[in-house]
Amino acid sequence: MTSSPNIIVILAHASLHHSRVNRRLAQAAKALSNVTVHDLYENYPDFDIDMQREQALLASADLVVVQHPIQWYSMPSLLKEWFDVVLEYGWAYGEGGNALKGKSYWLVASTGGASDTYRTDGMHQHSFSTFLPAQEQTARLCGMTWIPPHIFHGAHQADIVSLDQHVATYVEQLETYPHWPAKHGT
Amino acid sequence: MEHSLLFNALIYLLAAVIAVPVAKKLGLGAVLGYLLAGIAIGPWGLGLISEVDDILHFSAFGVVLLLFLIGLELDPKRLWSLRQPIFGWGGAQVGLVTLALFVLGIALDVDWHTALIAALGLSLSSTAIALATVGERNLMATPAGSASFAILLFQDMAAIPMIAIVPLLGANSAAAAGHGWTGAAKIVGVIIALVIGGRYLIRPILRIIANTGMREIFTAFALLLVIAIGLLMQWVGMSMALGTFLAGVLLADSEYRHALETDLEPFKGLLLGLFFIAVGMSVDFGIFRAQPWVVLGLVTAFLSIKTLLLYLLAKSFGIPRGQQALFAFLLSQGGEFAFVVFGAAATANVFSAEISSLLVVAVALSMLATPLLLLFYDRVLAPRHRAEKNRPDERIEPQDNPVIIAGFGRFGQIIGRLLHANRIGVTVLDHDPDQIDLLRKFGLKVFYGDATRIDLLTVAGAAKARALVVAIDEVADSLALVDAVREAFPALPIFARARNVTHYYELMDRGVMVLERETFEAALQLGRQVLHQLGFGAFEARQAAMKFRKHNIKTLLAVYPFYKDQKQMVSMAKQARDELREMFSRDAQLHNGESRDGWD
Repeated sequence: MTSSPNIIVILAHASLHHSRVNRRLAQAAKALSNVTVHDLYENYPDFDIDMQREQALLASADLVVVQHPIQWYSMPSLLKEWFDVVLEYGWAYGEGGNALKGKSYWLVASTGGASDTYRTDGMHQHSFSTFLPAQEQTARLCGMTWIPPHIFHGAHQADIVSLDQHVATYVEQLETYPHWPAKHGT
Repeated sequence: MEHSLLFNALIYLLAAVIAVPVAKKLGLGAVLGYLLAGIAIGPWGLGLISEVDDILHFSAFGVVLLLFLIGLELDPKRLWSLRQPIFGWGGAQVGLVTLALFVLGIALDVDWHTALIAALGLSLSSTAIALATVGERNLMATPAGSASFAILLFQDMAAIPMIAIVPLLGANSAAAAGHGWTGAAKIVGVIIALVIGGRYLIRPILRIIANTGMREIFTAFALLLVIAIGLLMQWVGMSMALGTFLAGVLLADSEYRHALETDLEPFKGLLLGLFFIAVGMSVDFGIFRAQPWVVLGLVTAFLSIKTLLLYLLAKSFGIPRGQQALFAFLLSQGGEFAFVVFGAAATANVFSAEISSLLVVAVALSMLATPLLLLFYDRVLAPRHRAEKNRPDERIEPQDNPVIIAGFGRFGQIIGRLLHANRIGVTVLDHDPDQIDLLRKFGLKVFYGDATRIDLLTVAGAAKARALVVAIDEVADSLALVDAVREAFPALPIFARARNVTHYYELMDRGVMVLERETFEAALQLGRQVLHQLGFGAFEARQAAMKFRKHNIKTLLAVYPFYKDQKQMVSMAKQARDELREMFSRDAQLHNGESRDGWD
C-alpha cells in the first residue's frame, strides 16, 4: 500500500467532556491526518442515525476503530443503536453483504474498575475478555479482522503517567497501522 | 383662553388617554377615539383649546413622519415594482372621482372654478386615516392595503400640481404666473440632491452619530433629518410628506433603518394622534348648525360617489371580493391636503371663505365617517361575506377519514403533512380559502367553514374519526370548538394546540388531555442549539433541554391549581405575569449538577 490507510474512529461517549481517558484518546486521534473521529453522540443526539451516511463512512475506511467506555459490561446505548441500524443485512452481512469484508476492527475501550477487579475472585467475577465475544463475533460475521483490543483499566483512579503512556501507544499504533510489530498482530 | 404649553399638553394627553381606550373597548378603533376626543375638547365641545389651526398645522407633521417610516420599509426596487398601481390605479382614482364630482357640481349649477377645485380637493383621501387604519388592522400585506397605499402615494404627488394650479384659476392669477419652470427645476434639483446626499452625506453622519453611543442625540438627529427634509421640500413647493417619503426610501437599505424606525415611531404615533384630535377640533359645528342640510348633503353626496367609484374600481385593481368594500371605505374620506387646496383657493379668491369652510367641514365630517363605515363593514358586510363563502360546504360529502384537523394554518399544516406522508387520511376544516385547491390536489379533503359548527363536524366524520386536531389560531374559536365537540362527540379524542399558558389551562379545564404549547418545543430546540454553541456536547444539550422540558411541564401542572384559584379575580395580564413569576421561581430550583459521570 502506498498511501496511508484510511482510519475511522467510531466514538461513542455520552458526555465526552467529563471524560479523561476517552476525550484524550479522541483528541490525539483527531490530530492525525488519515484518521477521522466520528463522534456518534455529537452527530446523533436524538438517536436518529443516518444509515446511508454511516455506511459510506465505513465503506471508505480500511481500519474501523470502535472507541467507547465499557458500560454495564457492554457498550453505550447509542453505539448499540448504531450497530442495529448501520450493519444492515445484505450490506454488512448475509447474502451480498460484503461491504466490510477485509477491513479491520479495533476496539479501544476504558473501564472504571481496575484490571484486577476483572478476575474470577474479583468484583466482576469474570476476566475482562469474557465480555467481548459479542463484539468480536459481530466483526467476524461481517468478514472483518478482529484486532486485539486496546483497553485502559481503572479510569477512575488512573494516574496521569499511565494515561499518557496509554494515549501515546494508541497514537503510535494509529500512525504505524498496519505495520505493527508481531505482538499486536494475531 | 390663555393656556400654557404644558396645560395644553395635559388636555391633549388626558383626552387621548381617556378617549382612545374607551373607543378601542367599544370596537370603534383608535382613530375615531382621537377624533371624538378632539370634538370634546375643541371650541364646539368643552372649549378647552382654541388654537385649532396651529395645532392642525403642527400635528400634520405626524403624517410626514408616517410617510418617512413607510419609506424606510420600501427600498427603491420595491417602490419601482409598485409603479403600475401608483400611477395607473392612483391616476384612475383621482381622475374619475374628480370628473364625477365636477360633473355633479356643474349639474347643480355651481361655478365651474369652484366645482373643479372642490372636485380635485375631495378626490384626495386622508393618508393619515387610511394608513393608520391599514396599520392598526395589519392590512399592509393584503391587496386592499397595498392598493390603498399606492393610491395614497399618487394622491400625495397629485396634490402638488393641484395646489400649484389653484391660484391660476383665481382672480389675481397674474401673481402666480412665471412660477412653473423654475419651480419644476427646483424640485428636480432637490430630489437629485436628496439622492446623492442620502448616500454620501446622511449615511456617514448617521454612522458618526451612532458611534457616539448617545441614544438621545441619534433620536435628535433622526427628527432633525425628517424636519429638515420636510422644510426643504416645502420650500421648493413639494409636499412635505412626499419628500420625506422619498428620503425614507433612500435610507431603506441603510444599516440604521431599524434604529431610525424605533426612534421615530413614538413621535409618529403621538403626532398622528394629535393630528386626529386637531381634525376633531376643527369640525366647525357653527356652519353645520347654520346650514345642516347643505353640509349633510355635501358629505353624503361626495362620500357616496367616491365610495361607489372606489368600489367599482376595486375589482380591476385585483382586490378580492371580500375586501372591495373595505378598500372603498378606507379611501372614501376627504384628506388633509383638501384643507390646503381649499385654503389656497380661498386665499386666491377662487371662491369665498364661506365655501372654503363649508368644504372643510364636509371633509372633517367625512373623516369622522370613515371609522363608522369601517365599523359597518366589520359588523355587517364582513360576516355576510364570510357566510356567503361558507355556503358551499353544506353540500360536502360525508367523510370517514380517521383524523380531522380544524385550522390549517402553519401549525395544522405540519400535522397534516406528517399524517399525509404516513398515508393517513385527513379531513381539513378551515375558514381561509387560500391554498385549498393545492391541498385538494394532493388528496386532502379540505372544506371551508367554521369548524365550531356541529353540522359541519358531523359531515366531516366526527362521529367515526379517531382523532380531532384543534389547531385553530383564535383562542376563543378553539375553546368554542372543544366545548362543542365535548358535548356532541364525547368519545372523540382531542389533540389541541395551545397558544399560550392560559389557553393551555383553559383547554385543561375542558378535559383536553393531549395538548402542546405552540412555541414551547420550537423554543426548546433552539435553546438546545444555543447550549451546543456554548460548548455543551450535542447530546448533553439534548439532555439538559429534556430535563428542562420535564421540569417545565411538571411546573405547568403544578401551577394549574394556582391559576384556577385566581381566574375569577385577576385580569388575564396579571394572571400571565403571576404564572410566569411562579415558573421562574420554580426554574431556579432546577438543580443542574453534574448529570452523569459513571463512565469515563
